[in-house]
Parts: sequence; C-alpha cells; structure tokens
Amino acid sequence: METLLEGVIALGAEPGRIAMIAIGCLLMYLGIKKEYEPTLLVPMGLGTILVNIPASGVLMTGTEPGPFQILFDAGIETELFPLLLFIGIGAMIDFGPLLANPFLLLFGAAAQFGIFFVTIVAVLLGFNINDAASAGIIAAADGPTSIFVANSLGSKYMGAIMVAAYSYMALVPIIQPIAIKACTTKKERAIRMVYRPGEVSQTAKILFPITICVVAGLIAPVSLPLVGFLMFGNLLRECGVLNSLSNSAQNELVNLISILLGLCVSVKMEYSEFLQFDTLIIMGLGLLGFIMDSVGGVMFAKLLNLFRKEKINPMVGAAGISAFPMASRVVQKLATEEDPGNFILMQAAAANVAGQIASVVAGGLVLGLLL
Amino acid sequence: MAEFLNGIALSGDLPVALEILVLGWGGIFVVMILIYLISMALAKFFPPSKEG
Repeated sequence: METLLEGVIALGAEPGRIAMIAIGCLLMYLGIKKEYEPTLLVPMGLGTILVNIPASGVLMTGTEPGPFQILFDAGIETELFPLLLFIGIGAMIDFGPLLANPFLLLFGAAAQFGIFFVTIVAVLLGFNINDAASAGIIAAADGPTSIFVANSLGSKYMGAIMVAAYSYMALVPIIQPIAIKACTTKKERAIRMVYRPGEVSQTAKILFPITICVVAGLIAPVSLPLVGFLMFGNLLRECGVLNSLSNSAQNELVNLISILLGLCVSVKMEYSEFLQFDTLIIMGLGLLGFIMDSVGGVMFAKLLNLFRKEKINPMVGAAGISAFPMASRVVQKLATEEDPGNFILMQAAAANVAGQIASVVAGGLVLGLLL
Repeated sequence: MAEFLNGIALSGDLPVALEILVLGWGGIFVVMILIYLISMALAKFFPPSKEG
C-alpha cells in the first residue's frame, strides 16, 4: 500500500511539482481551447506534467536516461531538431514578393531591435551575457532560432525561453497593436502605399537561397546551420524538380519534429529548474523584446519617411518580425481599421518574410559574437 | 540609485552587450543590404522575359 502511495506522498512533499502540473494544464488549455500554437503547447503541456511526476520514468528509468532525456540529448543538445524544423519552414516560404520589392528587406533588420535592447536590459538586471543574449533572442520571434541560440550559449533558462518564444508568438495579435498604436498617429496608420507587383523569374528564385547561403556564410559563418537549413528548404520548394520532398518537408517533417520538440523540451520544465523568480523575469524580458521589435521597426520606417517623397506606412516596419503570417495580418487589420480601403498586406508580408531571414541572421551573429 | 549605477558600472558584461548591439544589429543591416543588392542583381540578370 505504501508503495502505491509513494508518488502521492512525494507529490505532496514537493508542492512545486503540483504548480508545474497546473502550468502544464494551462499550456494545454491555451493550445487546445485558445488555439495558441497548439502544435507546440499541447505536447509541451503534457510533457510538463510527465516530467513533474515524482520519480518520473520519462526522465530516468533506474540509472539509465528515460525517453525524454534521450530525445533531448539527441535532438536539442545536438541542435538537430530546431535545424530540421528550418528545412520545413524554408519550404513554406515564398520569397517572391520580397524579391519583387527587395527594399522591404531593411525592415526585417530594423525589427530585430528587441533582441539587442533586451540583451542590454538583462545585463543591467544582473544576468550574465550568455543568459542575457538568450533572453534577448526570444525577440527574434522565431522558436527554432531561440532554442538553437539558447542551447548553443548553454542557457539554464531553456524552458522559460521556449515557453516565452512560442506563447508570445501566438500573442502577436494582442501585443503588436498596443506597441504600434503607442508609437504611431492615426494619420500615419492611414498612409496608403502603392504596391508594384514586379515579376520574378524562376531562375532568380532558385539562385536566391544559394547566394544567401554564400553571403551569410562569408559574413557570419556561425549562422550557416540556421541559414543553410532554411535556404535548403526553400531550394527544395523553388527548384521545381523536388516537389514531393518539398511537400514532405512542409508537412511530415515539420509535424514530426514539432511533436518531438514539444515533448522533449519539457525536460527543462522540471519544477526545480522552472519555478524561480528568474523565470518570471525572462518571461517579462521576452514580452519587452516583442514590444521593442515593433517599436524598432516602426521608428525605422518613420526615419526613412523623413527622406522619402513616397511615404511608407510605419506599421509595415512592425511587420518585419519573424512571426509569419501573424505580424503582416495584424498590420493589415490595423490599416483597415483606420481606412477600410487601405491595402498594405503585400508590403507587410514581404517585410514579414524579410524578418524570417533577419531573425536567423541575428541568431548567427549573436552566436558569432559570443562563442 | 547610486548603488544601481555602481552595479551597472561594475558589470563587465555591459560593454559586451553594447558591442552586440552595434555589431549584431549593425551586422544584420549589412547582411540585409547585401541581400538587397543580390536581389537587385538577380532581377536584372535573370528577368522573367528571358525564360521560356
């Protein structure tokens, strides 16, 4: 009888475990009921419950590592899972609108401001530089990049970083309008932009990912795993002779990796590691990063407007974050609120795609500067 | 306040964080400008009309 009650007694002795089980339930609620990034939050939620049950076999079976630990060591510790996910993401991206309006690439760069702002704030709060940069990278608004960078820098806040990265990405429709409205006027939000849908040849689309790999590799070789896998996925999509591989990357590969990633990242959701005051600060810093990304993008567009005859709607700057396609949809929705006839979705989508390139470049540069 | 400022001054990581801001954020602009130039070159040398 005592053996049967061992788990219940151990659970009562460590209330932190009960709190984490509640957090696991909350993550699943957000994923299932609110549909906030369910592909990640649902497996992560159940995984959080599984790792916080006393003497959980998913972490250790006797003296041997359990299945979650084995998956974590094989997929996260080696950084393979986030990289494999990038093949699928690359296969999903159409760089066509961006190639037709390459000027919008600059907004992808501007909207990474949150990463660097948060890194400085985190250092001022007393975090060491590696943990500060790992907190900053949440603002890349790109889950796989956040995991890759935080893991490469050996951050002990992996669980918090992952939860923050994915939950804030799902909360972009709530976070961004507040940040955008705080730094734009009604008149600015109503600025109309002319869209010039230039055609792009298939050859240009095929050469684009290859040349990006070469350029990124020469400037920031550390970024090559991120950029290379992303662009490989895009090459599968654009080359025209590997459609079945492209479809597999977009569907089966992404789905499989998402399941495994969500489950095994829960290894970092053990109560002893997660339930700390620092975790709350990391979550707060992540939110600040998302806000400052939008502010950075908007302010950059305003700066450009000082020198341009044909004005840019500053909200397009905020679409330069990596969260695709939420950010561009949010911007279009705000534009329609101010002027129902204002259509800036294509420009916003191009800036959004630029944000996906910029976020992986940012991750690579941060690693290059710190490793 | 003075204690806070002293803490900041003592933080050896602050210069590194500022360096990351300048070289990291600046580096992204450099890479994106290069990609911009590449995109322009690709559009110029491989226009849609040249493809069958």
